[in-house]
Amino acid sequence: MRLAGRFGGAALSLLMVAVLGFFLFRVVPGDPVVSMTRGRPTTAAMQAELRAQFGLDRPLHEQFWSYFTSLLHGDLGTSFTFRRPVSEVIGERLGPTLLLVGTATLIAVLLGLWLGVRAAWRRDSVFDRVTTGVSLTLWAVPTFWLGMLLMMVTGDLFPSRGMRDTDTAPDFVSQALDVGHHLVLPSVTLVAVVCAEYALVMRSSLLEEMHAPYLTTARAKGLRDDLVRRRHAVPNAVLPAITLVFLRFGLVVAGAITTETVFSWPGLGLLFYDALTGPDYFLLQGLLVVTAGAVVVMNLLADLLHGVLDPRVKVV
Amino acid sequence: MSRFDRTGLAGAGVLAVAALVALVAPLLIDAEALDVTRVTAGAWQAPGAGHWLGTDHTGRSVALLLAQGTGTSLFVGLTAAILSVGIGTLVGIVSGHFGGLLAGALLRVTDFFLVLPALVLAIALSTVLPRGLGTIVLAIGLTSWPSTARMVRAQTLTIEARPFVERARALGGGHGHVIARHVVPSVVPLVLVNATLAVASAIVAESTLAFLGLGDPTRISWGAMLHQAQLHGAVPQQAWWYLLPPGLAIVVVVLAFTLVGRALEAVVTPKR
Repeated sequence: MRLAGRFGGAALSLLMVAVLGFFLFRVVPGDPVVSMTRGRPTTAAMQAELRAQFGLDRPLHEQFWSYFTSLLHGDLGTSFTFRRPVSEVIGERLGPTLLLVGTATLIAVLLGLWLGVRAAWRRDSVFDRVTTGVSLTLWAVPTFWLGMLLMMVTGDLFPSRGMRDTDTAPDFVSQALDVGHHLVLPSVTLVAVVCAEYALVMRSSLLEEMHAPYLTTARAKGLRDDLVRRRHAVPNAVLPAITLVFLRFGLVVAGAITTETVFSWPGLGLLFYDALTGPDYFLLQGLLVVTAGAVVVMNLLADLLHGVLDPRVKVV
Repeated sequence: MSRFDRTGLAGAGVLAVAALVALVAPLLIDAEALDVTRVTAGAWQAPGAGHWLGTDHTGRSVALLLAQGTGTSLFVGLTAAILSVGIGTLVGIVSGHFGGLLAGALLRVTDFFLVLPALVLAIALSTVLPRGLGTIVLAIGLTSWPSTARMVRAQTLTIEARPFVERARALGGGHGHVIARHVVPSVVPLVLVNATLAVASAIVAESTLAFLGLGDPTRISWGAMLHQAQLHGAVPQQAWWYLLPPGLAIVVVVLAFTLVGRALEAVVTPKR
């Protein structure tokens, strides 16, 4: 029953994402064509033609219905600047973003959880103070600024634009090395910001467990400190932390937008930037629906995963 | 004095200085010094005599830009935080106090906006609305309220379960009485802590929006300075004096708000 509720809730959220996308980009702007052609020489006749082409001359409820039914078929409309289906444009950019976000999240989760555990276990030690201080400072650092700084400090050591050079040999190994080389600065930037958050989350999660009676029992059994931590405290504290990691997936999405913009990494984040400078409302609408939908799905996964990992939480 | 008190005081000191700069800068700085068409200094000058933080791509003094930008960043941070915490408090109290369908719907909406990336929504809002200070405040305030709403709702539920509220109800206290006399006083400390932390994230959000070119084009802010620095190639020029000051200013002020917020939090929830 609860499982059905979770899926129902996620389905409702996805529906709300679709409505929000329509509301933001078709209702709020009034006439999208006027906004999108601003600064370009267009006649009233051309605008009327564009309106007809994108179906903006029909009543709002009809527009919503056609938008919604195409969405269900995986059709996100046509991009204004690319003049191609939005889903196609987004699909092309998915790979680079998954590579960057995947690498950064993996490193950030491992590093962040490790730092958080160490800091909480020796609370108020030098290690704890340094970790907490650095994490709080990194939390205050704008992602894009950190990226620009890294770029300036490292100089020519790492490439700072794009994902690969044009003159790299076409074989797989050189290509992979080239992409890896380009990946260094963007992923370090993203890791630094996200990892700080994870470390703080893990730290407070373990601190909650620190005075639990079962730890006293474990110690009374004569277990070494290190075993008490690894076998007893951490497995219990890591569950809420992992759930929070999934829940803060939106943070990674936001970080990816600015990081990709700074480093011209050809993924969804850079596409977001291109779409908003256009502005290309149809593309932005597609991007919003896709990213928000992904976040909703990640949350559902977090819920389900928590139920699997922690038998105390019964999902099924 | 505990560690929290000391760091909190340090944060408060930094904020006092920033507020002073924000208030005094517009009075002391000559508008001509920031007018691109009137400046006489050369572009990209390294710090030295005359311009102790160097000049930007048009020859304006970075130090003056930095001082002038303080006001915008603080103003947006404060107003957006007030808007966000205001909405959050209202939604939290209403959904906590009144049960039923309304509370269910509000909770549903809160949870929905809680998981969505606030920055993405803020970008969407500031793209479709006309550029300006008001748009940025709206975009940040309207997208960052859910965490406050959750916290205030939890506190409202906790307080309403206490016997003294039951007593007030039994004596004939209506909704207005219970909310004004019991719920609001109990959420105020929490709301203050939240507001302080909300200012910190609002300032980062403002700088990010401005960096993406969604800021108020007529105003100087720290984020807008970094936008210009990126646009005109401060990195390839190795113009560290154009890149470091606005970024450091953001970090220091945001950190100050965070430290004050954490110190207040330690006072409000003394268990840790």
